[in-house]
Amino acid sequence: MIRRRRARGGAPRTGVDWFLTFLRVAILTVVAVGILAFIAQEIDTDNPFARWANPDATGLTGAQFRGLIISGVAQGSMYGLIALGYSMVYGVLGFINFAHGEVFMVGAMTGMITSNKLADAGLWESNFIGSLVFIVIVSMIVCTLVAVIMERVAYRPLRGSPRLIPLITSIGVSFFIQNASIVLLGPAAKAYPDVPDWVKDKHTFLQIEGSRILVVVVAAVSMGVLWYLVEHTKGGKAMRAVAEDAEIAALMGINVNRTIVKVFAVGGAMAGLAGILWGILFRSVIHSTGFLPGIKAFSAAVVGGIGHLGGAMAGGLSIGVAESVGPLLILEPLGVSGVSQLRDAVAFAVLIGVLLLRPAGIFGERLPAEDRT
Amino acid sequence: MTAANGTGRGPGADAANGTSRRPLLETRDLSVDFGGLHALDRLDFEVHEGEIVSVIGPNGAGKTTLFNAITATVETSAGDILFEGSSLLGLDPNRVTARGIARTFQNVRLFANMTVLENVMVSQHCRTRQHAFGALFYTPSFRREEAEIRERAENVLSFFGSRLVGYRFDQPAFTLSYANRRRLEIARAMATQPKLILLDEPVAGMNPVESAELTGMIGRLRDEWGFAIVVIEHHMDVVREVSDRVVVLDHGTKIADGDFEDVSNDPRVIEAYLGHGATT
Amino acid sequence: MTATVPPATPTSGVPAEPAPAPTRGALDQDWRRLVRMGAVGAVAQIFIALSNMPVRLDERVIVKPVLSLGYLTLLIVPFAAGHRVGHQIKREGVPVHAAGAHEVAGGAACGALAGGGLSLLAVLLANFDLREPLVNWSPMLAELLAFGNETWFAVVVWLVIGTACGAAGGALRLLGPRTRRAVVTMALAVGGAAVLEPLVVDLAEGMRLEALTDRLYARRGGVNWTSGLGLAAASGILAALGRGRLQQARAHIAELEGASRTRTNGLLILATAAVLVILPLFAGKLTNELLANVGLFVLLALGLNIVVGLAGILDLGYVAFFAVGSYSAAVLTAATSPRINPELPWLVALIVVVVITGLVGLFIGAPVIRMRGDYLAIVTLGFGEIIRLIFLSDWLSGWFGGSQGITKIPGAGIFGLTDVAGTDPRRVFYLVLAFCAIAIYVSWRLERSRLGRAWMAVREDETVAEAMGINTVNVKLLAFVVGAVLGSFSGAIFSAKVGSVFPNSFLILVSIVILVVVIFGGMGNIVGVIAGSAVLIGVLGGPKQPGLLAEFSEFKLLIYGALLIWMMLARPEGLIPSVRRSRELHQQEMAQDAWLKGQVEDDNHNDGGSPKAAPAT
Repeated sequence: MIRRRRARGGAPRTGVDWFLTFLRVAILTVVAVGILAFIAQEIDTDNPFARWANPDATGLTGAQFRGLIISGVAQGSMYGLIALGYSMVYGVLGFINFAHGEVFMVGAMTGMITSNKLADAGLWESNFIGSLVFIVIVSMIVCTLVAVIMERVAYRPLRGSPRLIPLITSIGVSFFIQNASIVLLGPAAKAYPDVPDWVKDKHTFLQIEGSRILVVVVAAVSMGVLWYLVEHTKGGKAMRAVAEDAEIAALMGINVNRTIVKVFAVGGAMAGLAGILWGILFRSVIHSTGFLPGIKAFSAAVVGGIGHLGGAMAGGLSIGVAESVGPLLILEPLGVSGVSQLRDAVAFAVLIGVLLLRPAGIFGERLPAEDRT
Repeated sequence: MTAANGTGRGPGADAANGTSRRPLLETRDLSVDFGGLHALDRLDFEVHEGEIVSVIGPNGAGKTTLFNAITATVETSAGDILFEGSSLLGLDPNRVTARGIARTFQNVRLFANMTVLENVMVSQHCRTRQHAFGALFYTPSFRREEAEIRERAENVLSFFGSRLVGYRFDQPAFTLSYANRRRLEIARAMATQPKLILLDEPVAGMNPVESAELTGMIGRLRDEWGFAIVVIEHHMDVVREVSDRVVVLDHGTKIADGDFEDVSNDPRVIEAYLGHGATT
Repeated sequence: MTATVPPATPTSGVPAEPAPAPTRGALDQDWRRLVRMGAVGAVAQIFIALSNMPVRLDERVIVKPVLSLGYLTLLIVPFAAGHRVGHQIKREGVPVHAAGAHEVAGGAACGALAGGGLSLLAVLLANFDLREPLVNWSPMLAELLAFGNETWFAVVVWLVIGTACGAAGGALRLLGPRTRRAVVTMALAVGGAAVLEPLVVDLAEGMRLEALTDRLYARRGGVNWTSGLGLAAASGILAALGRGRLQQARAHIAELEGASRTRTNGLLILATAAVLVILPLFAGKLTNELLANVGLFVLLALGLNIVVGLAGILDLGYVAFFAVGSYSAAVLTAATSPRINPELPWLVALIVVVVITGLVGLFIGAPVIRMRGDYLAIVTLGFGEIIRLIFLSDWLSGWFGGSQGITKIPGAGIFGLTDVAGTDPRRVFYLVLAFCAIAIYVSWRLERSRLGRAWMAVREDETVAEAMGINTVNVKLLAFVVGAVLGSFSGAIFSAKVGSVFPNSFLILVSIVILVVVIFGGMGNIVGVIAGSAVLIGVLGGPKQPGLLAEFSEFKLLIYGALLIWMMLARPEGLIPSVRRSRELHQQEMAQDAWLKGQVEDDNHNDGGSPKAAPAT
């Protein structure tokens, strides 16, 4: 049975419908006016429209704008990697693994610990690339383990229970991991060792920091590998089959439990990788590191269309760019002050906006059989 | 008494002959598409007051889709649905129910953890008015309405004899036997005080005794409660027993419409059921 | 998973009759299971030790001079593992063994493994320095593990202690139900006396009964071991004598119907209310502060209970309404509020606050209410965070003070009679109590009304609820708004109590803690929710408020997380479940039970008026 109600026939009917229509229009208007005002400022900060919108507007230089976009893309590709885990788990089990952000945090922490040990041993400076590969591998292994244990302990016993139950459990898991990090590793923020200059400095090529290029390249490569694994290997086909319909897949001789473990493992590995990327970008990690990126990555998964690998990456990039450019592109021209504080609010607003305007995401969602009916 | 229904008496039969009276429910050129599949294809279908219409057809003919379209749970792509002369298009499912159409589901869908009585009480929602204020201040009108809701619920449940009354009132619905769940679902539909009830395979999964009993009840629903009824059913003996009129669907279109004897002899119906070549 | 299934005992045909349950040999263990549990226990032990709990909680004495809370945290795991390993999965047709030497031996082995975790840790602590990532890798921990002796002593002593605790855990299975109940009651009595120490001492002072507490408690905290023994003996005897009667009384009350039921319930409520009104008169400032905090969380939990428990909407951003309530009350009453400061009297402001929060509830609710349940959870979480960020931002700092917040908020004046402010926690408690009463009444009335039934139906099956004529959107929205309004009460009292509001008081954390409270107590059940808040907030403390075990403040969030997972896995219906919610969560099992008990009737044989009518047709 199809769940969607019949075609609206255009006109809203109830108060809620009116309100939602109003909200949609309002969101689009704010975005449109903001962008127009931004363009007006770019042409001339003294033109009347720009003055009306924000008398103190300064506009952005080309370099600033490019910098924003690039940092957005770098962060966005990191969100994309995390989003894969949300998306795959949702695609297969139909629940939001709220604790996935914490797996990412564990990855960043592991990277921090390992890299500091390497730095103590002097290997970090002498062989940066080798060390990087090493910490990536260690972090991926640790995160895979964490994700698999999580599945085994907290989620497997709950399979088949009402759908909010595993979600609530995953909130508990998230809370637990975060606070376990506080009690074991201490509540203070911890730093990564210093990276070589070529990573820190801006390169002549497009004036981009090396770390950002590194992050985007690593994300793109791993995305490609993952895509190949899911689309072209036997295990990947099993995953897709289980995502389509776990019961039928089991009847076809696929070991559903093992496939689900694989899904968690792959998601965990990607989160571990993303954790290292975080370390390279921000060089600092704290127990709450996983929370906001986790939520944003989930938003990315929804924006791209949940259960959709390419969608997760596209969603990640959109969220990353939106939160980096959005405040200055839309809010600043409208005269909102202190816009950089509202980055996170913008990321959430994107999620809410997408769910209002296009609930199935950009590429449409692929859900497990039971959620479609 | 129930045996007499098959002969085509009753107001429905008259209305079917003389087209002067407006039908209770009418679909005009109704189409429902799922992707490229035409689940319903320009269907004209009507039900008159006090009439029992059976909808039959092979699997996938669009019978349940017709119900879903009427109760606004699927999108229609073209055509119109008129109930008492005004369109149902664009209404939310709950508004459709408020207008006077109630349904049961093919795979019984009760509020499993609510008690039998609560199941029937909650479905009077759209016929009752009390809101938070009355409940909070325990106003006389609130108390009166609660009593009425309960009385009506008990009244509806007593329609099924002793099966759903007494200690059963306070049992959660999931402890009921399969047949009783089906009965409770009908009771729930009755409690919404509809003019038209849509029954989706009401005797599916019942044994012959239960099935025969329920068949009789469908007739009583019309005679004693005055509902018009549309039944989707696969059991031909049930269809013969209850129907004033039988509509046959195949691939989303109506291929026959008339009383049971005519329809069962219609070559197109036989072809639809038995496949091409069966008539020759 | 791998239960010991005896090799192919033919169980076909007649169900196994109550066979004379044989015991199992001491060495006839399921070793894989035992080792697995022991290993889990060992990891848990190491985790607890490295989390610094033992060192931190060492100061809190339970029984003077035998046991401190710190050591207790290390003893509980081997005990639990030892008890658990003897658990038998009861299956139809699989014989149940009587408990015997097998359980004790298994428990001892399992406990030894768990204790061995600490032995291992002691060795590692002596030989490696991992202080770099693990902040608690300290000589203090090593000293605590070795009781001040050499490392080898720690190794041996933890193996011995683990074995003993595990054996004790296993031995618990040997006891008959009655003795076990007595033992558990004794442990609870002593533990409870130790945990409630601040409360008891404070009350005793108020009632001029210092002599009693002086005898019970040691001077620097903890129950005296002599009094501890006495307490244990007394409670054990009481349990052995009285327990049956208590249960009888409860069953008796549950069976009452109609007017007498109402009367009994009324009496119970009156008695509770009387205790709650009289108690604070004897209590000191600290106790009243604690009571007020618990009350605030009861209020929040009752509000969330309507949304989550009754209507089944998982709202993770509930703190938003708390925040809006606090801030709007602050803006309306404080003279120092930056932009508008009408300085309304608190009660007048409250009406405006309710309206504002209701509108915010509508505003947040309307876009999310049609979403799938889990999306809704995340989006409400997003809204909760957005609201905090907005209060924090420079953008609206002209209105809400940004990160400086609003300070010097006057207390709540009630008709000019009293002025309720944080300086007098007793008045705050009475105010909270009054609002809790309102919230309880509202929940109770709404649950038993047309609206409450509609909420239940929506929670059960939204599509069908809509097909049955319920406007699901409006009904859910109303739940959201009612929850929001109850949350705003709490917020308004909070701002008057604390005297200042800052954005950082309204972290998402608060939402989660309230959710844990509701789930722990029992979703959908008023009594459960109140009990949940009392136990969790009272003992462990709220997000920023200390509880009775103030030493736990570092670990309480960790415990909340673990508790949430454990509740969901083991007892999703909560401490005091609502009948309906537990049905929902255990539907399959209950349906099977009902079937076995013959409640699912076969229609042909139970045909109401005419039994055995079937053959006639």
